Amino acid sequence: MNERYELNKNLAQMLKGGVIMDVTSPEQARIAENAGACAVMALERIPADIRAAGGVSRMSDPKMIKEIQHAVSIPVMAKVRIGHFVEAQILEAIEIDYIDESEVLSPADDLFHIDKTKFNVPFVCGAKDLGEALRRISEGASMIRTKGEPGTGDIIQAVRHMRMMMSQIRQIQNQREDELFHTAKELQVSYELVQYVHENGKLPVVNFAAGGVATPADAALMMQLGAEGVFVGSGIFKSGNPAKRAEAIVKSVTNFNNPALIAQLSEDLGEAMVGINEQEIDLLMAERGK
Amino acid sequence: MIGVLALQGGFIEHIHALEKLGVPNFEIREMGDLEKNKPDGIILPGGESTTIGKLLHSSGLFQCIDDLIRSGVPVLGTCAGMILLAKRIVNDDRLYFQAMDISVKRNAYGRQLGSFCAVENFEGIGRIPMTFIRAPFIERIDDENVQILCRMDDHIVAARQKNMLVTSFHPELTDDLRVHQYFLDKF
Repeated sequence: MNERYELNKNLAQMLKGGVIMDVTSPEQARIAENAGACAVMALERIPADIRAAGGVSRMSDPKMIKEIQHAVSIPVMAKVRIGHFVEAQILEAIEIDYIDESEVLSPADDLFHIDKTKFNVPFVCGAKDLGEALRRISEGASMIRTKGEPGTGDIIQAVRHMRMMMSQIRQIQNQREDELFHTAKELQVSYELVQYVHENGKLPVVNFAAGGVATPADAALMMQLGAEGVFVGSGIFKSGNPAKRAEAIVKSVTNFNNPALIAQLSEDLGEAMVGINEQEIDLLMAERGK
Repeated sequence: MIGVLALQGGFIEHIHALEKLGVPNFEIREMGDLEKNKPDGIILPGGESTTIGKLLHSSGLFQCIDDLIRSGVPVLGTCAGMILLAKRIVNDDRLYFQAMDISVKRNAYGRQLGSFCAVENFEGIGRIPMTFIRAPFIERIDDENVQILCRMDDHIVAARQKNMLVTSFHPELTDDLRVHQYFLDKF
């Protein structure tokens, strides 16, 4: 198990500095790969449409996921409902590269997350603060992303979650060692995980930004705040010119400290996704699964 | 100074390995980085070869690095870096520097469930730990000047030719620094 967990963390390390894009068809997957995506997330409906459609949202049709696996050579991820370990078993059976136990879908369990240590395939999970991140890691997640607020095109929640995680990490780094026991109790995680954060000033796994990224500037903002890469969901295929926007976001993530280049990249991208402000939405997906 | 290509992927791990060995290094992210520094060696890290290849071209770095490789600057390519250097890729028509006479198979061990760790003999170093992540391997060598450095279950997973050293696995993901040391000493 330990070796498998290391390998799964290692795959996330190889995704760093990259953009993972939501796609709903083999054709979109190829557009994403050609634009420079380092992985794709296969799903039937992107979060903005899930939000618009309402109702229960579940794991995608395995046939559709397999078609995307055949269409591209980069890693393919897919989402399962929080706590739905049978959906996860199905994705493992079709050899998915990464499972996202995701608050974007309707949760299947309001108490228990999936015991991810029982799986050989890796899991990424959302978090809006350090406690959530470390709890998911202790359940076996080998990659973390901010929850943000999916399908809104509004970056405020991703910013809030990334800032929260980073500031909590800095606090723990500055704590006296005898204070770490209490911190572990407060965060409801093991002392060892808190000690790791104290010593290394980072999570023990790769940490991406997700939920609300719509422009190259949004992506660079998240990178400057400490993200190691970016998920873009609705932001690309809900925009006027997906291929061009996708490529611009990829370049922006690599060159996140180069405003002159990001200025160029931001020109003539066509219409961004319209988006919804956080005050206008009824359903806060980030409140699912703590 | 060793320049580490820092467009996408596991470049920071290579930088940490170089730092542990006390070797000065810099990130190659844009043209300006190669104007400011002249590399004595280049590392092409792991990551997604399609992503890195795309960014090499759009940044203009491709031509610069191609010139450096052809002028004989030592280069270490790990995983995706091996794909970037190969003259032929058996299961993909996207090619990059086409500098090394090897035919490489991408994702040769399958998807993430096929990723694995092993310990194997590396010619000139000895037995070292190796981490393979959705790794390629060298299906065949296409020139007698290519020297095979490591085989794993009949597949070639490390080789050298002229100024180039490639590995299917990720020496930067283990604490063992001997492949980096080998690159610094022998090239």
